[in-house]
Amino acid sequence: MSVLTERINEIIKPENLVYAKSPLLNDDAMHYCPGCSHGVVHRLIAEVIEEMGIQEQTIGVSPVGCAVFAYNYIDIDWAEAAHGRAPAVATGIKRVMPEKYVFSYQGDGDLAAIGTAETLHAINRGENIVMIFINNAIYGMTGGQMAPTTLIGQITATTPNGRNADLNGYPLKITELIAQLPGAAYVTRQSVQTPAAVRKAKKAIRKAFEIQAKKIGTSFVEVVSTCSSGWKLTPVASNKWMEENMFPQYPLGDLKDSGRADADLYRIKG
Amino acid sequence: MAKVRGAVVVDTEVCKGCNLCVVACPTLTLALNRNVNNKGYHYSYMENPENCTGCTNCSTVCPDSCITVYRTKTEH
Repeated sequence: MSVLTERINEIIKPENLVYAKSPLLNDDAMHYCPGCSHGVVHRLIAEVIEEMGIQEQTIGVSPVGCAVFAYNYIDIDWAEAAHGRAPAVATGIKRVMPEKYVFSYQGDGDLAAIGTAETLHAINRGENIVMIFINNAIYGMTGGQMAPTTLIGQITATTPNGRNADLNGYPLKITELIAQLPGAAYVTRQSVQTPAAVRKAKKAIRKAFEIQAKKIGTSFVEVVSTCSSGWKLTPVASNKWMEENMFPQYPLGDLKDSGRADADLYRIKG
Repeated sequence: MAKVRGAVVVDTEVCKGCNLCVVACPTLTLALNRNVNNKGYHYSYMENPENCTGCTNCSTVCPDSCITVYRTKTEH
C-alpha cells in the first residue's frame, strides 16, 4: 500500500465523518439525467425532514413529470397525484390530517401549466401546505417541449426557432403571481447550482416546513433548475446558461415573507 | 500549525459523471476518472487527494448524493 493510500485511510474513519448521505434517501440510484437539479432538491428535502425529525409525520405528493418517481427515493409517505392536481390532493390530505406535514413537489409543466388553477386556488385558500416548484423552463420528461415558463427565444422541441412572444405568449412568472395572494405566507425563489445557493435553498425549504407548523398559510419555494438533456447542454454549461438567461427573468430571493399579516387584512376584527 | 485534511469517498456505481463536483471543488482535488463504471459513466475520484480539505462543497452540489466526506486536523 502506498503512503498516499495509507494517509487517505487514516482520514476515512467514522469519527472524522462530516457529510454522509441522509438515511432518508433510499439506496435506489435516481433515474434523473446526470447533473439534474431534482437530485439536489430531493436530498435537501430529505435532509430537512431528517433534521426536523418529522419523517413519520410527513406526506409528500409527487407530480407528473420527471419527479413522478420521487416516492422511490425519499423514505416517507407519498401520494401520487394526477397531472397538476398535487395541490388539490395535498389539500385533502392536510385537511383530513392537520397534524401531518404535507408538501407537494411539482415541476413547471405540472404546477404552472395544467395545474395553474389548483395551484392558485390552493394558495388562495391559504392551505397549510408546502409547495416545492422546480422551474426548468421546459417539459423535461416528454422530450423538451415548450412550457409556460420557457424564455423568449429559447429553443425547444415545439419552438424550434425560439419562443416567439406573438405566437407563444410570454414566460409565466407564476411565483410573482402567487406572491400577490393573501393566502401565501412565504414565497421564495432559490437555485441549486453552487454550494452557496444549495445551502440557501436548504434554509428556505426548512423555513417553509417550519411555517407549516405555525399554520399561517401556504409556503411556496421555487427552485430555478436546469434540464441539461432538454436544453442540449452539459450539466456545467446548463448551470452557466441558467445563470445568464434564467436569472434575469426569474431573479432569486424572497418575494414574500409576511406570515399571516396579509391574510389578517381580510379577517373580521373584534 | 494544525492543518485541516480531508478525504472523500465516491460511490462510483451511483455517480453519473456530471462533473458538477469537479467544478465546485475549490482545491482541484476531484476529477473525472478515465475509467467508467458499470453504467458507462466517467465517475468522479480524488485526483489530488493531498489537496482535499473536506469542505463538503462537492457533496453539497452532488445531485446523486454519492459523495461522503471525512475531515480531520493534523499537526504536520
